[in-house]
Parts: sequence; C-alpha cells; structure tokens
Amino acid sequence: MFMNKDKNSLNANVPEKGELHEKWSLYKNDIKLVNPANKRKHTIIVVGTGLAGASAAVSLAEMGYNVKAFTILDSPRRSHSIAAQGGINAAKNYPNDGDTVWRLFYDTIKGGDFRSREANVHRLAEVSNNIIDHCVAQGVPFQREYSGLLDNRSFGGAQVSRTFYARGQTGQQLLLGAYSSLMRQVAAGRVEIFSRREMLELVTVEGKARGIIARNLLTGQFERHVGDSVLLCTGGYGNVYHLSTNAKNSNATAAWRCHRRGAYFANPCYTQIHPTCIPVSGDHQSKLTLMSESLRNDGRVWVPKQKGDARKPIDIPEDERDYYLETKYPSFGNLVPRDVASRNAKLVCDEGRGVGETGLAVYLDFRDAINRLGIDTVKAKYGNLFDMYERITGENPYETPMRIYPAVHYTMGGLWVDYNLMSNLPGLFVLGEANFSDHGANRLGASALMQGLADGYFVIPYTLGHYIANEGIGDSLDTEHVAFSEAEAMARAFNQRLLDIKGDRSVSDLHRSLGNIMWEHVGMGRTADSLKEGISQIQALRAEFWQNLRIPGDPGELNKNLEHAGRVADFMELGELMARDALERDESCGGHFREEHQSAEGEATRNDKKFSHVAAWEYKGAEIPPIRHIEDLTFDNVTLSTRSYK
Amino acid sequence: MSDSKNMTFHLKIWRQNGRSDTGQLVNYTVDDASSDMSFLELLDVLNEKLIARNELPVEFDHDCREGICGSCSLVINGVAHGPRKATATCQLHMREFDDGDTITIEPFRAKAFPIIRDLVVDRSSFDRIIQAGGYVSVKTGSAPDGNTLPIPKKEADTAMDYASCIGCGACVAACPNASASLFTGAKISQLSLLPQGHPERKQRAISMVEKMEAENFGDCSNHAECQAVCPKEIPVEAIATMRREYIKAAMDPT
Repeated sequence: MFMNKDKNSLNANVPEKGELHEKWSLYKNDIKLVNPANKRKHTIIVVGTGLAGASAAVSLAEMGYNVKAFTILDSPRRSHSIAAQGGINAAKNYPNDGDTVWRLFYDTIKGGDFRSREANVHRLAEVSNNIIDHCVAQGVPFQREYSGLLDNRSFGGAQVSRTFYARGQTGQQLLLGAYSSLMRQVAAGRVEIFSRREMLELVTVEGKARGIIARNLLTGQFERHVGDSVLLCTGGYGNVYHLSTNAKNSNATAAWRCHRRGAYFANPCYTQIHPTCIPVSGDHQSKLTLMSESLRNDGRVWVPKQKGDARKPIDIPEDERDYYLETKYPSFGNLVPRDVASRNAKLVCDEGRGVGETGLAVYLDFRDAINRLGIDTVKAKYGNLFDMYERITGENPYETPMRIYPAVHYTMGGLWVDYNLMSNLPGLFVLGEANFSDHGANRLGASALMQGLADGYFVIPYTLGHYIANEGIGDSLDTEHVAFSEAEAMARAFNQRLLDIKGDRSVSDLHRSLGNIMWEHVGMGRTADSLKEGISQIQALRAEFWQNLRIPGDPGELNKNLEHAGRVADFMELGELMARDALERDESCGGHFREEHQSAEGEATRNDKKFSHVAAWEYKGAEIPPIRHIEDLTFDNVTLSTRSYK
Repeated sequence: MSDSKNMTFHLKIWRQNGRSDTGQLVNYTVDDASSDMSFLELLDVLNEKLIARNELPVEFDHDCREGICGSCSLVINGVAHGPRKATATCQLHMREFDDGDTITIEPFRAKAFPIIRDLVVDRSSFDRIIQAGGYVSVKTGSAPDGNTLPIPKKEADTAMDYASCIGCGACVAACPNASASLFTGAKISQLSLLPQGHPERKQRAISMVEKMEAENFGDCSNHAECQAVCPKEIPVEAIATMRREYIKAAMDPT
C-alpha cells in the first residue's frame, strides 16, 4: 500500500488527478463518504488535545463520530499550543500587498529548503484562509485595525504581511477557541475527555491501529481503549535536548511507542533552533523561554564589533556595533528565517563577540524603534513580551537591549504520513507537529498554528472518512482481544523495568546529561565526527540510565518522576536516531547544518542529487540499527534554488 | 530584591498523601539557591535533594513555565502566585525574596478544587463551567469570511483583555468565599463584547452562573482579592458584566 512497486520509494499517495492547485478539490470530489447515520457507530481515539488534537476531535464530533480524547494534562486548555506567541499565517491578502495562495505555498516550500512534499504544502496554503474565518466565528479576538477589520503583521521568511495575531498570545487564543468548541461537544455527549492519561502503547489488530493502552496518571491504573482509528496529535520532541522552549511535560512517548510498533519516523534530524530566546542563567535552568519572532519586526540584532567588549550596551557607540543580519542580508535584514538567524548568532558568539555573563547571547535592541514609533506604540505591540523579559531577567528592555540566544523550539521531523496524514500503519493518523509533513527542513514563523489547525479542522475530516468508508470497520472488537492484553502487558513490563532499577541518579539528572550531549553534538552545527561521538555518548548514557535510575514513590498514585522516566527512556532512543539521521544526511538543509557542507559565505549547501528525499526510519530494537527507507521528493511546480535572503 | 548566587531559604511546604490524608506543613531548607532561579526551579532543586535522600519529592503541577498554560498554582506566604503582581508562580524569581527568608507554600484551597496530592489540586470544575456555555456554537466549515464582521478595535481589545484568562484558579484561591466569579465573568464578558457571542448570550449567562454554583464555588461579595492576584490582571468589571448579563437574561430569558 505504501511502497511503489517499480521504485524503492515510499508512496505518499498523492492524488494523480489534476494540477497541483486542483488536487485537493478534485480529491475531495472523489473520496468516499461515511453515511451520516453510520458515523456514530465509529469511535475515533484522539491522543493529545493541542491545536491539532482539539480541532480534529471537535470537527469529527460535529460530523457525528464518537470521539475519545486523551491528554496527559489536567485539562485540554493547558496543551502546549497555548504558548505559541506570534501568530498564524493565511493568504488572505487583506493588506493588498500581493499575497496569494501560491506565494504562501512557495514561501513555505522555500523556507523548508525544498525538503517537503509539494502537494501537502499547497493544500496547507489553500485551507489557510478557512482557518482564519473559522477562528473569527468562534470568537477569537484577533488584533484589529481602527476600521474594525483584521490586522496583519509580517514574519520571518516572507515579504508580505500575512500573519494574523492576538497580541503576543495567538496560540492561547486559538487553543481556547478550539477548547471551547471541544467543551461544547463534551456537553453534547459527542466527545469524552480522558485527562491526566498517558498513552503508553498502540494496539494493532490485523495490522490496523485499533486502540491504545493508557495509564491513569492519578491512580497508576492501566486502561484499554478500543476504536476504529487512532489520531496521534501529541506534538514534537524538542525536549530530547532537555532545555527547550517546549513545556516540561511535552514528550515523544506516544509517537515513539507507535514507532516501536512499526510506524516509520521521518527526518528526525530536522530540529528548529529558534533565534530569539532568553539565554541560560545557570545549572538550575529547567526550560527556556521564547521571545516571539515578531520582535524582529522592530528590534535590531547586534553584537560589539570588538571581541570581549565588556562595556554596557548603551556605552557602545553606533560605529562599534555590528548589526550583522542587516549587513549580511540587506533585503531581509533582521527578518531572515529562523535557521539563518540562529546560525549567525552562534557564529558571532563563536568568534568571541557574544554578550552577557556567559558570552552566549546577542543583543536585540529596541532603541531605534522607540525613537521612531514612540514608547507607547512599542508598548502596545510588544508590552507583554517586554514584561515577561523583565520578570525573568530583572532587566528593563525599554532601557537596555534584550539579550537573546537560540534555543530548541520545534521539530520538523515526526512520524511519516502520506497525503491522507496516515502513517504506514493503517488506521494510525498523525497530525500537527507530531507528523513530519509540511515544513521540510525548516519551519517558517506563524506556520505551526496554521498546520495544526489545517490538519484538524480541514484535512482529517475528509481523509479519515475515506479510510473508514473503505475499510468498513465497525466490527465488535472489544478490549478482551488478545492484542489488548499483549499491549497492556508490554506497557506494564516497561514501567516495572524502570521501577526495578533502583539506582542512584534521578531522572532529571539523566535527562540533563542527555540534553548536554544532544546540544553539543547534535545541535546547531553538526559534523560527521560530532555525530559519531554523540551516538556513542548517547549509547553509554542509555546503558547507565537502565542501570542507575532512581524513581522515588509509589507507581499506584500520582508520581511525576515515573511519568518523566518513561519519557526520558524514549528520548534516550530517539536522541540516537536523530544523530543517525543527521549523520546519514550528508548535506546541509534548513535547520540541519552539516558544517562540512557550506558555501564560502557560510550558507547551507544542499545536495539535491543525493538527498532530495524524506528519510523514514523503521525500528528494529533498542540496540539494533534501524532501517532507513526513503520517499523521493519530486518538484514539478517549483524550481529548486539556493535559498537567498540577501 | 537581592542578586546573589548562594541564597538560603527555609521552606514550610504543605505535604498531603492523597485525598483522605489530613496533611501538614513540613520544614525544608535549600541553601544553594540563586536569585536567577524561578520559584519552581527552587522546588526542582529541593526535589533533587529529597530524591537523593530517598524521600518523596513534593508534587506540584507545572507545564509551560512561561505563565500561559495556567498549570502552576501555589499559595506563597498566603498569596496566590506569591508576592509579585501580575506574575504566575512559574515566572516568579527568587530575586523577589531575601536571603534567609522563610517561605510558606500551600496549595490553592477551595471546596471546588479538591487536593490530589501535596500541592496538586483538581481544577476540572473550570472545564465544566466552560461546558455550560463558554463557547460560540459554530461548526467547522460554516464560517463566513473573517472580514464580513467588523468589530470596533476598542471592543475587540477589551474582549482580548478578558480572553487572556489562563484558567489557573488563583482568583478562587484568593477569594474568601472561594468564588469562581472572575473566571466565569471573564468568559461571559469576552463573548458578550463580541457580536459572535450575541445569539447565545442569555442562555450562556444563565447556564454558566448556575453551573458555577452547582460546582460548589461561593458567591462574590466584592472583596476584589481575585483581581489583586490575577496573573493576567483581569479586572473585577468582569464580575459586574456577568451580573448584568445574568439579571438581564433572568428577567427576559427569551
């Protein structure tokens, strides 16, 4: 089903009919529908209740399906989508600055450094406008102009203003919109919410995804849930690095357990390091805080021209400041894509021109913006971000420039899916950041919210129906089936193995060690040597983890150390896979920067001949090398070019 | 405000072994704190010490640690989210305290927020209040173009002020009556300011207010403690709006 017979490439099931811009409409005409009266006979399991999960659960419930939605948190409203700050893209062209669906598609493909699938990305651009309309109708208070009409701003990697926003809390407002619709479906009896539950195993029957094993995080009980399909909407894996902008509970366990069951993991090496985060302050650091990329609209990035210049930033005269992004990239300036901005920050810090106590920071300066626009305008635009910066650092960014440094923020890789968002395991669909599909090797700002909601509101309602109608599921499978007992036994055994170690090191301590290895060896700049070294260090740490972990407390009650241990156990395998994927991908592209492959100016150099493909890894066992499959990427509608933001 | 690397804090932390336990304050000392640490990082450091000593770590809810998910709670020295105005516990930093301070840490207490363990409470009653009507009944796919409905900027901005509620429950913890009026009022106010919310306005006000009572939250008696602790500074005008909406709807429910 997923292998092209004539080629050794995975088949993405992109519809053949029509030109690129017609494919989705024609496909919708052709796919099968489920009779309205039959939908209620089908139960759909949705794991994760962020933007992708909540929007999918709501839309499917409205259509008539029975939905069971699972979250590890106490309420769907707290899912990590809530922390997205800057905005959501759509090709509305309200500002009349020349935007089109094609341009949004092209910017996304180019931003991703030509490593994503054309048909998926075009569909994303096509449905982007529907998302804005729907969210407005839900009562999402987007920023408006004095006319009462919707306001836009610009974001990195685009020369048009297509980003809709709600102050610096766009993710919160979009999530609360989806959450409120979800609560409406709960009240209507169409969705059942299972909060504080963690999916630990996928249940497959005759090769199809038919259920999950979940652990009740309050009681420690293992639960079996059966359905006709499983939707994984569990976000990304940035916490492999320990320090990231992800929430503390964000994890890859549900996805990794599916991977162990046979789901391919695609492009794990593609991680996004966000350029504007608050720098690390000490060993106690538990997470990193992002300052929205929107700040780069008005803030100017600079470092002193002179190495080790210890003067206060306000004492450094204009001609001794290096506004390196503006000089190097005159047409995009401070608004270059995230990977370019991050790499350049690392570069100037490596040269010894970094600022602050650790030398691992650059300035983001609002002095000129305040002079040009007035303090009130700057406050209205970025007030909450400035306040947040002041709370965390104790410094006032209206008076002294912010110090920023790159931090792990988003993972473009994820479980492999076809055009229908279905993994190679029939019945297992993967949405949002958890899949790999739309952002290639680098995601543009304000595109994650767009993708999560596109997948949940406007793609899965069609493609899931097509699967259900074709497969004719609706049989009387129950949780007594042997597949459920086996999966539950596996989940129990895994936790027991963790509890039985009774070693000396806490899970946080081991997680921090893993993060250090990943940042050092699988971070912003990678080489074959660093990756090989990383792999061997991860393997050694994994062995130590399984010999020396200590989990306090009782497994039969709320025990966050036990939850965390399971997640870190999975990160210990995933981290190695990321390094392997990075090693095999012997080119630079987007967020994956192999130092061996750069131009004279230090830009990423792709190798389209050898690597114009998706790498999808098949699990063979924790200590057995995985198998690398590929999906060839063909570009019939755009010309592969070298990204240039100069 | 202090700026230092080696601070000592004496902590009195509420420990409760499950719902049926009576619970008590237990004393701990952390002597290697830094002013750059967040309050939750101080608890992380304490927990690492407890695990090393084979003691049970303190359980507390947290997730984003950037003040937006509303998971973190804690009553710190008697104040929900601690001493700094407009700041959730996760963004409170130790530079707000002095070296040698004794700090009392308790859970958010309310009948409608039963304690699960230590500092973790059950706030699912908030979800049930939203289920009673905190939404606009619009189906996916049925929306008109976003710009067909102009909304005066001022009203959209005020709606956004109310919409910024993070659902943490500090308002309830701070209220002498453990009322959820600020939480409920914020959602009712947001949707009553926006035209999208108008068709269901009356039913929403009645259902949400009644649900709040049914969930064992108290009544509002105008102490305004909620406003004082709200990390998003949601004003008590939300409660006035809620009352107005409720009375209007109760007098003319059709």
